[in-house]
Amino acid sequence: MSRRGGLLVQLGCIAVTLFMGVPLYLIALAALSSRESLNRFPLPLLPTSLSGETMSTFLRSTGIVGGLINSVTVGLGTVALSLAVGLPAGYALARYAFRGRDPYQLALLLTRALPIVVLSVPLARIFLDTGLYDTSYGVTLLHTALALPTTILITSAIFLGVSREQEEAAMIFGASPLRAFVRVVLPQALPGIAASAMFTFVLSWNEVLGASILTLNRRTLPAQVLATLADSPLAFRFAGGLALVLPALVFIAVVRRYLLNMWGTTLR
Amino acid sequence: MLAAGPRGQPVPGGLMPPGARRRGRPPAALLLIAPSIVFMAALFLWPLVAGVTQAFTGPGGPTTAYVRRMADDPYFWDATRNTALLIVVLIPLQFALALAMALLLRQRPRFAGLHFYIWVVPLAISDLAAGLVWLSVFTDRGYLNSVLDHLGAGPYAWLSFENPSTMFLAVVVAELWRATSMVFVIVVAGLQNVPRDYDEAAAVFGATYRQRVRHVLLPQLRPSLQVALILRTILALEAFAVAQALTGRNFPLLVGETYQWYYQLQNPNVATAIALVVLALSIVAAVGYLRLMRGQPGMHG
Amino acid sequence: MTHRSGPISRRALLAGIAAAPVLGACGGVSTTGSGGGAGSITLMSNQFSPVEEKQRFERILQERVTGEKVAFNQVETGIFASTLQTQADAGKVRISVAGALHGDLAPHASRLTDLDDVLASLSDRGFAEELTGLAKLGGSTTKYIPWMQASYVLAVHKKALQWLPPGADVQRLTYDQLLTWTTAARQANGGKPVFGIPAGVKGLYHRFFQGFLLPSFTGGQITTFRGPDAVTAWEYMKQLWAQTARASTTYDNLQEPLQRGEVLIGFDHVARLVGAPAGRPDDWLMVPAPSGPKGLGYMLVLAGLAIPAGAPEPAKAKNVIRALTTPEAQIDVLRQNAFFPVTNAAVPGDLPGAVALAEAAVKAQREAPGAILSLPPVGLGARDGEVGQIFKNCFKEICLDGRPVRQVLDAQARELDRILGELRIPCWRPDPAGNPCRVA
Repeated sequence: MSRRGGLLVQLGCIAVTLFMGVPLYLIALAALSSRESLNRFPLPLLPTSLSGETMSTFLRSTGIVGGLINSVTVGLGTVALSLAVGLPAGYALARYAFRGRDPYQLALLLTRALPIVVLSVPLARIFLDTGLYDTSYGVTLLHTALALPTTILITSAIFLGVSREQEEAAMIFGASPLRAFVRVVLPQALPGIAASAMFTFVLSWNEVLGASILTLNRRTLPAQVLATLADSPLAFRFAGGLALVLPALVFIAVVRRYLLNMWGTTLR
Repeated sequence: MLAAGPRGQPVPGGLMPPGARRRGRPPAALLLIAPSIVFMAALFLWPLVAGVTQAFTGPGGPTTAYVRRMADDPYFWDATRNTALLIVVLIPLQFALALAMALLLRQRPRFAGLHFYIWVVPLAISDLAAGLVWLSVFTDRGYLNSVLDHLGAGPYAWLSFENPSTMFLAVVVAELWRATSMVFVIVVAGLQNVPRDYDEAAAVFGATYRQRVRHVLLPQLRPSLQVALILRTILALEAFAVAQALTGRNFPLLVGETYQWYYQLQNPNVATAIALVVLALSIVAAVGYLRLMRGQPGMHG
Repeated sequence: MTHRSGPISRRALLAGIAAAPVLGACGGVSTTGSGGGAGSITLMSNQFSPVEEKQRFERILQERVTGEKVAFNQVETGIFASTLQTQADAGKVRISVAGALHGDLAPHASRLTDLDDVLASLSDRGFAEELTGLAKLGGSTTKYIPWMQASYVLAVHKKALQWLPPGADVQRLTYDQLLTWTTAARQANGGKPVFGIPAGVKGLYHRFFQGFLLPSFTGGQITTFRGPDAVTAWEYMKQLWAQTARASTTYDNLQEPLQRGEVLIGFDHVARLVGAPAGRPDDWLMVPAPSGPKGLGYMLVLAGLAIPAGAPEPAKAKNVIRALTTPEAQIDVLRQNAFFPVTNAAVPGDLPGAVALAEAAVKAQREAPGAILSLPPVGLGARDGEVGQIFKNCFKEICLDGRPVRQVLDAQARELDRILGELRIPCWRPDPAGNPCRVA
């Protein structure tokens, strides 16, 4: 590639990073600014009046730790369950032509088209009857249902790209289908699986409405605080917004490696 | 669960395989998708049935009163128009940006890992938080006007109902920021499967960059793009928290109206009727995309 | 990060994912501080949603409700309604006490226990008869115990007083004076309006029309909805809106724009105003709403405590209600969260500055000559929101879209009349108690 092209690529990357990064900087700035400085105009653009006061008030609220534990439990549980149910289905979609394949995919997608509130209220009724109400299992079930379409469709698109010949070769050399899948297909599909796990965890982490309808005393973190924040002074809303973003950032930092591992060690 | 093994016939690519299919072994496929069917049926079917019933049944039996009430509401048609407008403008922009981002990264720029991380971070941000972030930017005494003020320009009421075009612009920018990462990640995951040799071979034979993107990369990305497109459209139909945070009810969207009817007005019947409109729009969009893509031959072997 | 490190952390990741269900084996961890276990009382409420108010009320619960362990479960209004409804209809109620506004409890009248015995045991509290009457929710038995009350007033930054029209007393404004004032202030402020109303999605601006503007101009709310006086009122509103900050359509509460100095005069619910003067009460005034040709229309906000039918631990729930109506608890709530006592609890002289301002304004408003009290609607049930929306629609179509007043009122009156026709209920104050209530 020409030098000029290389420069353009660098500039392009920097431009996108600014677009994506500046709002993140702003919310961090707002969350860590003193309440009084947020009322000024023009707003300070540099961290000149930092204060952890709003953040610490926010973190002292009842149920933050419990909510955090519940959120992590529900998030990881949702990832596990949606992969357990979704991977086989994604694989089937990629490898088999079967009757009803297209309606099946369409139906999957359309489940996401129903607003969560319309889903959750009848579900709350069922969960009350079955004892799942106000447990993290119930929320995990709902979140898995919300995540399943993404899991299935993303992984099936990825399985499609995995060479079939290698898989067949492995079986010709005596590997069982399961072994061929685990040894040959799975490693190659890892980026896609990582992508879908990322979506799933983040979806579960950020889902507020269903979780608030399905629980009472065992809330997930966003359900515990985000609804409260909606009516709180702006400073607290920023603090809460930042506090909810941080754990998800850690998760993405962990998972993004699998997304990139095909590019080897060149990316750091 | 996987014991049935991949002995069926390969699907030539895309959500809808073109041409005649050879029959696979249905039992194996069925076995693999059965858990998901059972799961989704258990969690979606009953709410769906309950919903449809609710939209068309009043205290005195079947009725279209709720549908009429919905159509009479001054916000409903605005919301329908806005939802359609937002999708038509947002989705192409989003895909162009996501593709550009993925292609940029494929050029192995310096600090690629850092760039990548920042580009996917909005994925982790809930729509409520994203609405907050952009509210702090666009509000009358927000960061954007603060910057303008430092530059000596007067403040501008970006989100005022009197300036519908900047209001719309703000919603589009915020949604672009929030949801492009998702498309980007799907595209990146898909690009992983495009062997660099293809690309490099085409370059050796003198193909320009543009030609390589058009004839080598895009066709390979088709399954991923197709998934991303349908999914993103359906999710875009669902998104309303950002628009609500930025504009209140000045820029109503259909799903926002569902919540409005459900919670503020406590009329679940009308709320469900609107939800069914969203569902219908999603079906139209999804079927439309599938038709459109079926028209083109797949490139997979 | 190298390729080689992949498999190791991959295993760690898988282990983490596999461990999740084990972690959750108990079905989740309590987030309300009480364990939610046997013997503890769940109090669900849509009040005190701002994080600091919530924390302060939790402390009040700890200090004043000494007999029982209470888990305070603060939820959004929508979640409040759907949770109460779902649990009651499924016959599996988990909430012992529900605390919400009159209008939020009204739709659930049939799902609430009769509390006549509790009310009788609280005769020493001195509830106003008006309030206990409302607490019957249109029936013959007590459905909730009054908990706290509030109203709406104007908050004024003293900087705005310089533009007050000559001869006008800020404590006794008329609507015409308010318009002159906001017009002059806007001109003096470089064309930027200084007046704001809470017209955001979660704003309570419809209460301004229902309980203040319309009763002041027409003497009624429903019966006079489309009369000639109502046309005058909305024509006035159109003029006032021209002098109102455009960003009002994004304000859910007024205290933040007031605090930021975006506006200097604001109308809102007292609890959504007190944050503005909290820091520097000396710079602020709180004054009664203006009066119109028919008098000073004002609206009462009432919150109550109810026990859902089939609630667990009903005896303990009643103890919690008793504890929250003691003078000490009532004054704590006033002092810290600016909701007023519903009992005869004596208001102390040492209230915090902002609360004292609010208290004085609410008192002056109630005792003003020509005061017209609007009560929250009784009997609208689940349609309460829709009726409120009709007033919001009037505002949208008349002020924002600039449609002719007469035409909009006629169209919205048809909608209102349709809802009332289905309900067949008597009118509530300030409308005469005709039966059934209809738009004239």
